[in-house]
Amino acid sequence: MSRVAVLKGGGSLERQVSLRSGAQVEDSLARLGHEVVAIDVGHDLVARLRASAPDVAFVAMHGRDGEDGTVQELLEILGIPYTASGVSACMRCADKVLAKHAMRDAGLPTPDFYSFTETAFKELGAADALGTIEERLEFPIVVKPADQGSALGVRFARAAADVPAALVAAFSYSHKVLLERHVHGRELAVSVLSDEALPIVEAVPREEDFYDFSARYTIGRTAFVCPAELDDALTERAQGLALDVFRLLGCRGFARVDLMLEQSTGELEVLEVNAIPGLTETSLLPQAAEAAGIDFDLLIERIVEMALQPA
Amino acid sequence: MTVEDSGPPSRPPSGRVPGQRPPAPPRPARPASRDLERYAALFASRTKVMKSSAMRDLMAITERPEVISLAGGLPDTSTFPAESLAALTAKMAATGAARALQYAPTEGMAQTKECIAEVMAAEDTPVDPEDVLVTTGGQQVIDLVCKTLIDPGDVIVAEAPTYPGAVPTFMSYQADVVQIAMDDDGMRVDELEQTLDRLDAEGRRPKFIYTIPNFQNPAGVTLSLARRRRLVELAHERELLILEDNPYGLLRYEGEPLPTLHSLDHGEFVIYLGTFSKILSPGIRLGWTTAPAPVLEKMNLGKQGADLCSPAFSQMFVASYFEHDRWADYLRTLRDLYRRRRDTMLEALGEHFPGEASWTRPQGGLFIWATLPDYIDTTDLLAAALSHNVAFVPGRAAYLDGRGASSMRLNFSGVSETAIREGVRRIGEVVREQVDLYGTLTGSAPASEPAADATPRPAADPGLADVLHLPPRPARDRQSDAR
Repeated sequence: MSRVAVLKGGGSLERQVSLRSGAQVEDSLARLGHEVVAIDVGHDLVARLRASAPDVAFVAMHGRDGEDGTVQELLEILGIPYTASGVSACMRCADKVLAKHAMRDAGLPTPDFYSFTETAFKELGAADALGTIEERLEFPIVVKPADQGSALGVRFARAAADVPAALVAAFSYSHKVLLERHVHGRELAVSVLSDEALPIVEAVPREEDFYDFSARYTIGRTAFVCPAELDDALTERAQGLALDVFRLLGCRGFARVDLMLEQSTGELEVLEVNAIPGLTETSLLPQAAEAAGIDFDLLIERIVEMALQPA
Repeated sequence: MTVEDSGPPSRPPSGRVPGQRPPAPPRPARPASRDLERYAALFASRTKVMKSSAMRDLMAITERPEVISLAGGLPDTSTFPAESLAALTAKMAATGAARALQYAPTEGMAQTKECIAEVMAAEDTPVDPEDVLVTTGGQQVIDLVCKTLIDPGDVIVAEAPTYPGAVPTFMSYQADVVQIAMDDDGMRVDELEQTLDRLDAEGRRPKFIYTIPNFQNPAGVTLSLARRRRLVELAHERELLILEDNPYGLLRYEGEPLPTLHSLDHGEFVIYLGTFSKILSPGIRLGWTTAPAPVLEKMNLGKQGADLCSPAFSQMFVASYFEHDRWADYLRTLRDLYRRRRDTMLEALGEHFPGEASWTRPQGGLFIWATLPDYIDTTDLLAAALSHNVAFVPGRAAYLDGRGASSMRLNFSGVSETAIREGVRRIGEVVREQVDLYGTLTGSAPASEPAADATPRPAADPGLADVLHLPPRPARDRQSDAR
């Protein structure tokens, strides 16, 4: 039994989801007999970590601060072991642009994209290049903030006229955005636990509109199929690809790799990696673990054990 | 979000060290997601249209103390003297402890209904206390009216935008809501007539028209006298019910009061909704309704099924408060306070919002409705605003049809003038950034000068120091921002 600090909440836009993940994790840790110190992350984080001196920190935070390496850096400084990926892997995953460049350089498939900061538009006249980008990517184009999770700020531009407003929306969440080729097909999530790919979850939106933020966390709005109905070869390919990406980005413990199976080509394309995927009742990683015969408590126990093992 | 449309803020219970779990038996394993899917199979079909939203999740951040929340719908309860509360409760305990702790009649306690008649008389709307049903907040009236009148697919006519807190109620009864545009004089009654004709041609008769005639939530506009008359006429001609939601009528800061629809109609087709939330306290959860007798009877039965009765404790509190006849004084205090806050917000909007923005100028109530250029989506803008520690309600919450994307609701009753000024300044800053960015992206460069003549920036004002360097903030702000 250990003293486990559960870090949750914080000021990120995904605070609410994080609080739900945290509550779920806390209950599980209590069932497992651990001493739980719940911390809603704020100005007093360092003081509270010092005061409670936990054996290990369970980072149940999503989005900015918790998933981008910031909290991990503090935990490194304090010498507290923590769950999931380290600082540099978190940074690579949180920034979709960095992750996509790494994948492209390594020859792993990810949809074509271009990325710009706000400064590029404001000071370098990047707007003049939009036409060329639009030609190369072809409509519809997906416009995303570079470092925002949970599909917040993601827009489809169906024509050139949609692009400026989509960029304004994406820049509401980040100083960097990407314009990405839209991949039409099936949405697959491959969770990785301890260097092993779990059964694949397919997200099937029940409503015609885009698989949006609320659908991800609302029971009944998205149907999740696990294991996804894919033939063995394809399953193996998707799992292998997810593991390649997990290792490429230097992830540790667990993570979730989101992929598209493109309808027209039958090819897999990696969209992004979530360094700390959701751990709520409706989250995909717990579903995948369950399909592999790992119930939630066992999942949490394994995650904590991995954090306590010397690297 | 208003108080009514968001759940209570989740806070750790006091009396223990936050973060330190008290020893409790481990909770049994929660059902895994696949079991939840099984529950979903048992859900009533009406739950399919009951959805939470991205916005609601974003709103979780507005509860943080460092956020200036112009998103609430909160009256400023910090103005109610604690000694009065103590004296009133002590008196209740001394004179009627047993009754205060007991069930009450479904229709409400006689003495409370007398107070309600007094409030309605102050709005020139005489009512026989016998014809009043005391409810658990005004929100329950909306629910009971739907329960009484709405079958799945029935039409409700509402204003565009409408009270965001009514939307989940309408949805849960699977109503088909048709929204009628508004202008500075409130609901466009001409458009209403056309819509009624169209619905008539389609063989659909709306069950009721939902309106907030005074200082509408969220638009801040007031229905003109001519339109009030025409609206009541229409209801009579077509035998339609009107649900008149009037929480703010007594919070008028300028201009002459206008007659309630209920008083124009003499209670034939108007269901009237009143509440103590904005003139006394939303915490006591007391509202009321008066309606045509057959409707009121069904609402009474509906209330029996919902909660048997509203709390006797709250009802006796109101009665004992009104016995001292101070409610008019307190109302005056609130009006003065909110008038100053409204003026502050209007001034700040003029100073900090770009020329492309427009906003309403309410004569009362709690809200200002601001509309930005159509390329700005206020749900996304909220994310940017939150990174500057300020919040508002995105306009989409007030529509059922996806409109309202470029508008926002701003509340001025629940925060101090200092915080209003700083909050509006911060929102203005992110709006201007987006206007400039859009100009850069499209090659047009819209003027982003302030709408009004720039008065000196308040940054130099020493009174702002505590807001500019957040935290800490004055305790009272924090209290009223706790949303």
